[in-house]
Amino acid sequence: MSTEYEPVIGLEIHVQLKTRTKMFCGCELSFGEEPNTRTCPICLGLPGTLPVTNAQAVQYGIMMGLALGCEIAPRSIFHRKNYFYPDLAKGYQISQYDIPLCLGGRLGDVRIHRIHLEEDAAKLVHVGASGRIHGSEASVVDYNRGGTPLAEIVTEPDLRSAEQARDWLQLLRETLRQLGVSDVNMEEGSLRCDANVSIRPKGTHALGTKTELKNMNSFRYVMQGINAEIARQTALLESGESVTQETLHFDPVSGRISSLRSKEEAHDYRYFPEPDLVPIVPTPEMMAAAEAAIPELPADREARYESDFGIPTDTAHLFAYEPTWGTYFERVAVEGNRDAKAAAIWVTELRTRLGADADPHKSAVVPAQLAALAALVAAKKVTAGSARTVLDKMVETGDHPDRIAEAEGLTVMEDSGELSQIVAKVISENPDVVEKVRGGNAKAMGALVGPIMRETKGRADGGEVNRLLREQLGV
Amino acid sequence: MLSSDQVLHVARLARLELTPEEVERFGGELSKVLDHIELIGQLELEDVPPTSHVIDVENALRADEPRPSMPVERALESAPDAAEGGFRVPSPGAS
Amino acid sequence: MIELTAKQAADAIRSGDLDANEYFEFYRQRAASDPYNSYTWVAEKAPEIDTRKPFAGVPIAIKDLFCTEGIPSQAGSKILEDYRPPYTATSVDRLTTHAGGTLLGKTNQDEFAMGSSTENSAYGPTLNPWDTSRVPGGSSGGSAAVVAGATAPWSIGTDTGGSIRQPAALTGIVGLKPTYGAISRYGMIAFASSLDQAGPFTRDVTDSAMLLSAMVGADPCDQTSLGLPEPVRIPTANDLKGIRLGVPEELAGEGIEDGVLKAFNDTLELAKSLGATVETTHLPHAPHGLAAYYLIAPAECSSNLARYDGVRYGFRKSGASTLIDMYTQTREAGFGAEVKRRIMLGTYALSSGYYDAYYGRAQKVRTLISQDFKNAWDKFDFIVTPTAPGVAFELGSKTADPLAMYLNDFCTVPMSLAGIPAISIPNGLSEGLPVGFQIAGPAFSENRILDAALALEKAIGFDASKAYA
Repeated sequence: MSTEYEPVIGLEIHVQLKTRTKMFCGCELSFGEEPNTRTCPICLGLPGTLPVTNAQAVQYGIMMGLALGCEIAPRSIFHRKNYFYPDLAKGYQISQYDIPLCLGGRLGDVRIHRIHLEEDAAKLVHVGASGRIHGSEASVVDYNRGGTPLAEIVTEPDLRSAEQARDWLQLLRETLRQLGVSDVNMEEGSLRCDANVSIRPKGTHALGTKTELKNMNSFRYVMQGINAEIARQTALLESGESVTQETLHFDPVSGRISSLRSKEEAHDYRYFPEPDLVPIVPTPEMMAAAEAAIPELPADREARYESDFGIPTDTAHLFAYEPTWGTYFERVAVEGNRDAKAAAIWVTELRTRLGADADPHKSAVVPAQLAALAALVAAKKVTAGSARTVLDKMVETGDHPDRIAEAEGLTVMEDSGELSQIVAKVISENPDVVEKVRGGNAKAMGALVGPIMRETKGRADGGEVNRLLREQLGV
Repeated sequence: MLSSDQVLHVARLARLELTPEEVERFGGELSKVLDHIELIGQLELEDVPPTSHVIDVENALRADEPRPSMPVERALESAPDAAEGGFRVPSPGAS
Repeated sequence: MIELTAKQAADAIRSGDLDANEYFEFYRQRAASDPYNSYTWVAEKAPEIDTRKPFAGVPIAIKDLFCTEGIPSQAGSKILEDYRPPYTATSVDRLTTHAGGTLLGKTNQDEFAMGSSTENSAYGPTLNPWDTSRVPGGSSGGSAAVVAGATAPWSIGTDTGGSIRQPAALTGIVGLKPTYGAISRYGMIAFASSLDQAGPFTRDVTDSAMLLSAMVGADPCDQTSLGLPEPVRIPTANDLKGIRLGVPEELAGEGIEDGVLKAFNDTLELAKSLGATVETTHLPHAPHGLAAYYLIAPAECSSNLARYDGVRYGFRKSGASTLIDMYTQTREAGFGAEVKRRIMLGTYALSSGYYDAYYGRAQKVRTLISQDFKNAWDKFDFIVTPTAPGVAFELGSKTADPLAMYLNDFCTVPMSLAGIPAISIPNGLSEGLPVGFQIAGPAFSENRILDAALALEKAIGFDASKAYA
């Protein structure tokens, strides 16, 4: 009988902050510029230079902390993390260590352990064999990225599956995107995710030995990587071996996991307080400014749409993750006397036509007119089918739905005399069907509805058609 | 007394390549200095807060305003081995 | 010309009695033929001189570790041989661009300011103008020697544990270490960031005040810079009426050479005659200052010097085919013995398992030493001590024993750890060599220290001209 294992997963997420300048110097952030064109004496670590902390990076850090329900440290400090690598201009990375900017917190069902600020490393580009040193491999360092502000978010090990980890990471990304603190693009590296993975027999509480899975640069790889690591650990334990604490790399092409630092010595970062920087002590003004800069976030928005507007969860979720559509929806709902469910349906219809990425506020369809369309349907002045045609025209021309419905003859036939004549005409043209219906097969009546609708170009109200059919057939 | 293994470990952390004579000399010298330094081990320091900065300054933050970067030629002008617009180094993985 | 102090020269230039270019050229030639190996670089000609500015073009020598745009800034190290920075240190810019001083030369120093003799320079030792068989002290030995030897009217250096005050004492000139944060550190090649502070070397106290006044100020490029709460005044005091001097037993007794101690005690008597009260006191934790200093400074330096890796600038040992070999061989060949020793010590003190026992404890000792001084200010205006325990020593006499060399900083290190200002003024001779008298005060008390120093200077009547006449 084999043991069933439960994965225990925590995430460490590095977020590149969307400041104009680097963490500790005035160089603009780099977006694919030529190598080493975004550097200065400070981010090149030239002798004698000193770092000066970017106020906007601190504000973004506080905003993230507040948005994720963290406690903002009344006083936090920077440390130096010392190690040699060519992508590190000073031989140390300035980071926060035992007193981070934000502590505790929660997003959805995952607790946040901490958020701290630090600087990004530069890029090392492999250039193959160097001409100068025979037979040896060389790399070239580009310091453009060096010093980009980063926030590192560390979660508690609250995740229990790779799928849950992916879904939560998507919620986090959307939250950060809406906060406006980062581009949060995994492929471009502005959002980077490491996972701490361990497994334990289901029902037990002690944590197993964890491994750290590095830099999975898409949501799919996060899921695949974690699943592969869970499988690897499970296989190890099942064959009586044990998991070694180590740093691992997931190769999405082969699906294989390999050890990242097997050849290197154990790291000894020799952390100590950064003497060149003074403590961050958020003032009431800094806190107020950060608070004021926080928009409504997806989790809150979704809950509000469900409770205040009574729309279905999946629609609320959609509008929460696409806040431009969410805001538009709210306007339509208000214009439509808060018939929110109808508003939600017609905003979704509009989104299908314009595409999720479009900004409906910039489209030809103003909220009041979309509300008017919903009202036409609710008042049974146009059928749902006709309303879709009207909406097509609205997108095209920006005309009022009343005018379009009128001009295109799409209003429901109010004169039952006309409809009555059409019904009579269809009955007379389909004697075989009439036979069946009169013979007791009520379902056969459906075969008459189609021709009537065609004849009325969809303007007839379905209920009224049924009523007239029964009346004229005498069933 | 620092063992030569300890000296070599520290030298490796500090990326210094010491000659055997230096390993021995530094071992002796550092031990002597450490013996003196260990006098502070006698002090009662339990409740004493550490001082990392002698000045009483907080925040001193910089506005997020760009300043001109250096032209790449300037950035590379002191590089021991500039190549392809960057700083060339032996590959970290190379052996 | 040689007799003029810097202030007198500036006044004479402004009044038209002295030609600024002639004056510069006079010192330039002296500097170019300096016999003490005090310079690592000397200007070839005077730059544009603006005589309307406060310093009126008076030449100034700068310790090598201050970055000067396009001019070698090597910090006494082979690893920065001929390194020419793309920018100038804030403090130097204030002295030249703003105050109108003229850059005369860069001065020799112990490599990365680590040393007390200027023997640890990759560019050879600097000699003491009073006796060329002896050291000028360090680490700012070059900046001291150029003033003592009158190859510059004044100069600036840096003090981490005594690197201004001790060489000033050993060469018979005035050296001031301001309050930590008074002067920007931006552009000063770092040794120990929480301790490093720039300051002036001058022939007299008045010049010291004048040079200091142009250097101080908060700098947006240095978060730890504050400037001073009030402008530096040219001192005027003639006496010490009502001034209470505390003499800490721990720093003014055992371990001090007899001749130095005698000169110190003689000056205490002078001080009394000028109206001061003198009382013995205690700085109970001061004796632990050296141990704390020799943990904190090496720890910070081990990190500050990690950037010298042969990648972006400076020396690289050629021939290495792997990254780790390139690093270790570059640093092995590029750094001198003392720098390596301190990097090793600091790396060890920060390494896993030792942080609390070494660096952590040293930071706590630092707290206690600061507290000792704070307690002293309840009773005293100043703490006074001999600046260095002895006179200038023979070249090579202490290089084999690092601990003996470190003991030179015994009287100066506690003030550095506390971040407080202290001045060393010439205090006569012992065995024919200068000794120094140190006056330390509370943070930001520079003006009061300069006044007391001026009153004592007048009373002592030291003749500095012996070294260059």
